[in-house]
Amino acid sequence: MENNLVHLIIDNQKVEAEKGTTILQAAKKVGIDIPTLCFLKDINEVGDCRMCIVEVEGRRGFATSCIQTVEEGMVVHTNTPKVLEARQVILDLILSNHHRDCLTCTRNGNCELQNLAMKLNVLDIQFQGERSEHKIDDLSPSIVRDFNKCILCRRCVAACKNIQKVGAIDCINRGFEACILTVEDHSLKDVNCTNCGQCIQACPTGALHEKETIDEVWIKLKDPDTYVIAQTAPAVRVALGEEFGMEIGTNVTGKMITALKRLGFDKVFDTNTGADFTIMEEATEFIERFTNQDTLPMLTSCSPGWVKYIEMNYPELLPHLSTCKSPHQMFGALLKTYYAKKEGIDPEKIFVVSVMPCIAKKFERQRSEMKNEGLYDVDNVITTRELSRMIKQANIEFNKLDDNTFDDPMGEATGAAAIFGTTGGVMEAALRTAQDTLTGKDLEKINFEEVRGGDGIKKATVNLAGKDIKVVAVSGLAKAREILEEIKSGKADYHFVEIMACPGGCVNGGGQPIKSSKVRSEVDVRKLRADALYSIDEKSTIRKSHENPIVKKIYEEYLEKPGSYRAEKLLHTTYKKREKYKL
Amino acid sequence: MKTIKELQDIRIEKRKELDLRVNTKADSREKHILVCHGTGCTSSKSPEILENFKRLLKEKDINKVRVIKTGCFGLCAKGPIVIIRPEDTFYAMVTPEDCEEIIQTHIVEGKKVERLLCKDIDGTIVNSLDDLNFYKKQKRIALKNCGVINPEDIDEYLAFDGYKALEKVLTSMSQDEVINIIKESGIRGRGGAGFPTGKKWELTKVVEDSQKYVVCNADEGDPGAFMDRSILEGDPHSVLEAMAIAAYSIGANKGFIYVRAEYPIAVKRLEIAIKQARAYGILGNNIFGTNFSFDIEIRLGAGAFVCGEETALLESIEGKRGQPRVKPPYPAQHGLWGKPTLINNVETYANIAQIILKGAKWYSSIGTEKSKGTKVFALGGNVNNIGLVEVPMGTTLREIVYDIGGGIPNGRNFKAAQTGGPSGGCIPKEHLDTPIDYESLKEIGSMMGSGGLIVMDDTKCMVSLAKFYLEFTVSESCGKCTPCRIGTKRMLEILEKLCSGNGTELDIYKLEKLARNIQNASICGLGQSAPNPVISTLKYFREEFVQHAVEKQCKTLECKALSKITIDEEKCKGCGICQKSCPVKAIEGEAREKRKINQEKCIKCGTCLTNCPFHAIGN
Repeated sequence: MENNLVHLIIDNQKVEAEKGTTILQAAKKVGIDIPTLCFLKDINEVGDCRMCIVEVEGRRGFATSCIQTVEEGMVVHTNTPKVLEARQVILDLILSNHHRDCLTCTRNGNCELQNLAMKLNVLDIQFQGERSEHKIDDLSPSIVRDFNKCILCRRCVAACKNIQKVGAIDCINRGFEACILTVEDHSLKDVNCTNCGQCIQACPTGALHEKETIDEVWIKLKDPDTYVIAQTAPAVRVALGEEFGMEIGTNVTGKMITALKRLGFDKVFDTNTGADFTIMEEATEFIERFTNQDTLPMLTSCSPGWVKYIEMNYPELLPHLSTCKSPHQMFGALLKTYYAKKEGIDPEKIFVVSVMPCIAKKFERQRSEMKNEGLYDVDNVITTRELSRMIKQANIEFNKLDDNTFDDPMGEATGAAAIFGTTGGVMEAALRTAQDTLTGKDLEKINFEEVRGGDGIKKATVNLAGKDIKVVAVSGLAKAREILEEIKSGKADYHFVEIMACPGGCVNGGGQPIKSSKVRSEVDVRKLRADALYSIDEKSTIRKSHENPIVKKIYEEYLEKPGSYRAEKLLHTTYKKREKYKL
Repeated sequence: MKTIKELQDIRIEKRKELDLRVNTKADSREKHILVCHGTGCTSSKSPEILENFKRLLKEKDINKVRVIKTGCFGLCAKGPIVIIRPEDTFYAMVTPEDCEEIIQTHIVEGKKVERLLCKDIDGTIVNSLDDLNFYKKQKRIALKNCGVINPEDIDEYLAFDGYKALEKVLTSMSQDEVINIIKESGIRGRGGAGFPTGKKWELTKVVEDSQKYVVCNADEGDPGAFMDRSILEGDPHSVLEAMAIAAYSIGANKGFIYVRAEYPIAVKRLEIAIKQARAYGILGNNIFGTNFSFDIEIRLGAGAFVCGEETALLESIEGKRGQPRVKPPYPAQHGLWGKPTLINNVETYANIAQIILKGAKWYSSIGTEKSKGTKVFALGGNVNNIGLVEVPMGTTLREIVYDIGGGIPNGRNFKAAQTGGPSGGCIPKEHLDTPIDYESLKEIGSMMGSGGLIVMDDTKCMVSLAKFYLEFTVSESCGKCTPCRIGTKRMLEILEKLCSGNGTELDIYKLEKLARNIQNASICGLGQSAPNPVISTLKYFREEFVQHAVEKQCKTLECKALSKITIDEEKCKGCGICQKSCPVKAIEGEAREKRKINQEKCIKCGTCLTNCPFHAIGN
């Protein structure tokens, strides 16, 4: 191991670092925070912005510390007058071509460019000149692109093209005219964008953000004739606290419910209950398909970004997709039928707001299939970030709130549903129910460690009632493509495949709190949030969806059984081939 | 497929046939009419000239005269050029209509067509190529075959020792021996930066990998430079041969030539050359019966200047957007598809075969201590002989401009010369005697670059010059890194301010600050060298910048907002010629009176200035 270490000096401090470490990482070890802008760990390591330049003795020109690696005996200076001047000029140039309307920007206070201006003590813009002017694309139901705030770091392109292998956006034109565009500058709604929102997560500024819909929620909340119900997805509760300064992965379920009630929601329910229904339906569908060896592997359908992806890219594989709606859609449908009837509320007066870690859900809720008797299952989708903004707008001191619980009678969900928010969670929840269904017993095996963890593809063979079932949990669309290609070429022998569009699953969804490049290079945000979900599961008294008393009750009272006519009508959906480009 | 023996037979046979091309004493009953088919002459109808000659010869049933298409002769200003061998008669600016007369008078009657003979700057008629001052100080190595052979006939290339160097390398030399010869020759990269070629080959050779690549950078982009194009058009096999030699020495089996799509003739000739070389087994598997296999593919560039930067070029070959990569790692370690890759420029390759054949000592005896061999320059701008010149390193700028270039036209004075195109800098007249080599040029703030050499007379404004080059880099910056993308734009905006009279002294300070930091912080050579034209003009012509910024004055007519034309009352004789020539009637005054210029009407076109017989008008 010894010869794997490199010794160098950074700003007069001795540093020992492993071979292959970048100068940036090595500097961090001795408390030197070299500024970066285009750098995003594992996603965009290209050295475009030139912010991280440093001087290395004996080397002509600056070194690019975010990508260039340490060498034995290297002497690095991160803050010579020459470096400082260059950095200041570079930032000045970026700011000179940036719409600096920070006060009215959605990223005000959480902007890497703003932070950098502060860090470098920018007090005026020296090199003023022509500014690029672009029209804002806000036609997509999920994403708004404001190129006037783009600094061309290309983190979004890397996320879309390299991480997701979707390639809805890329850099075109040259020099000062260079910009990030879709095919022929069409709106994101008309190109191959899946609405996953990983571009938003990657953006250091306000150039990409979600299509905000909280205004409508406020209006409905103030309308006495509307019965406004909130339902919250599992991944929201382990991330919302971050927007109020709490540690990543803090479970704030209780405070979140209190805040929603204070905002004026008539009822606050848990999407996890919807997830338990999803498991009931999906496990049943799987067992049926497995028994009949019909169109295997079955692919999960909870992630709307993924669903749009397969509709656009692999329509021939659509029969593999489970017909189950995603949990919040199932839940919305039940709220407007079963619940409305039970409580005697006119379903037309019910306004269901889903609080989601996802921006593709904004698109999903508008799909024409997501309607029953002319009413949408869900009326508005807001993200974790949007909820935090509403809480702030309402003068609520979130951190000081007492805990509360979800409202009856739809409130109680299982641990199985909680882990829906992370990759492998849906699979694990389904396996818990499938094994009990197949054996007719209440089996002790609950944890399926094989499908846990942050890897993009996790394969396992599980023995259920004496039968080997090959399962795969996939997250990230690039990884999904690999599995789909295997299926397409007939090489796949899997039975059940869980796919989530976002790498790591919903905990890393496009609607989650945005973490800076610095934070993302220091901690594993996804893991911390996922761990919190597994912890909720561990602490739950009921950890199998089919044991959820509410679920049982609703099947008894209303749906009859999984896969029944009514269940099919309310809880299942159809898919269609979608053109990638509407040009 | 040809064996070594068969190739040697072709060489001997063909050489006999082509003797009259290089031997003025050859039997003159047989003649070759050489018609330049470089891009310049082609655009001035040389293909029509060729066809006319062929038709006339056929009609007149003349059998001992052949018409040959060749590459560029170099003196493009005199094109289309026709040369008749063996007597070496040089006809300039030939039109398709002249063919009849040339055939009748020269071929049939054996007399020269006086009116078409090339004239030197002083008006003397030149009978043969070698008499021309333009050629006297030149030494042709890279351009050796250009204008001599038919580039579309591999046999003609073979006749002049073609593929002999490759044969020698493959049959009798080790990889290291080849690299050592290249190292000892002292040749340095002709693409601009001047990195020692042998060292580059060695660095690529020592990296162990089963897959390596050889790339030819033919993405010539400097405005005004066209030597690479001429080599490809006139002698494409010399590049293929050198690439094969390089591939052998570093252990590669695949080559790419990245050439601009705007060079259709070069592309076509390369395609023909590759096809012919494959047919002879000179490219392909087991070349000359050895274990060495090598083939070449052409990749067309879409015209982005930045793709001439080696890593952007690699990205482009890979099918990606042409953008540079951060170095290190260098292509020798991490090149095409991550594999060790050797990239050399066209002109560099054009020297290789001769270094192998004639030896490192011969080559290193040419040039200066640190810059060996010759360099081809594309001479342009305010100079009489515009064209391609190949001179030994160390030739002075004065020799190139005055002896070869024939001086400055219209009786004007030399003001500066720009070498290295938009990446280079200007050289003022006090440095006219600087020997042209990598180090000397760098010392005086310019660079060799790919070999563009633009001469400027004293009517040129240096602030405008800097602006011109910045316009180029701004439009050619790829936009990847911040300093180049936004910084060059801001520099251009400042230069525009200065030229329009809206600048201040603070702007000069800003220019310098931007220049320094763009140079230091940009990713690739394009950005790092983009400020050079500004830095060098500021170094040698700072007073012009100050005049523009502070005195709001441009002493040339280029910055219209700042220039002013006046009539010297003492010199004006009241002849009125200026008044008649003024296109906007801005000159006032009655007959025989001294004239005055109405500044509001004047558009500063300078017509009066050139027409005044008494030099009474100035600016």
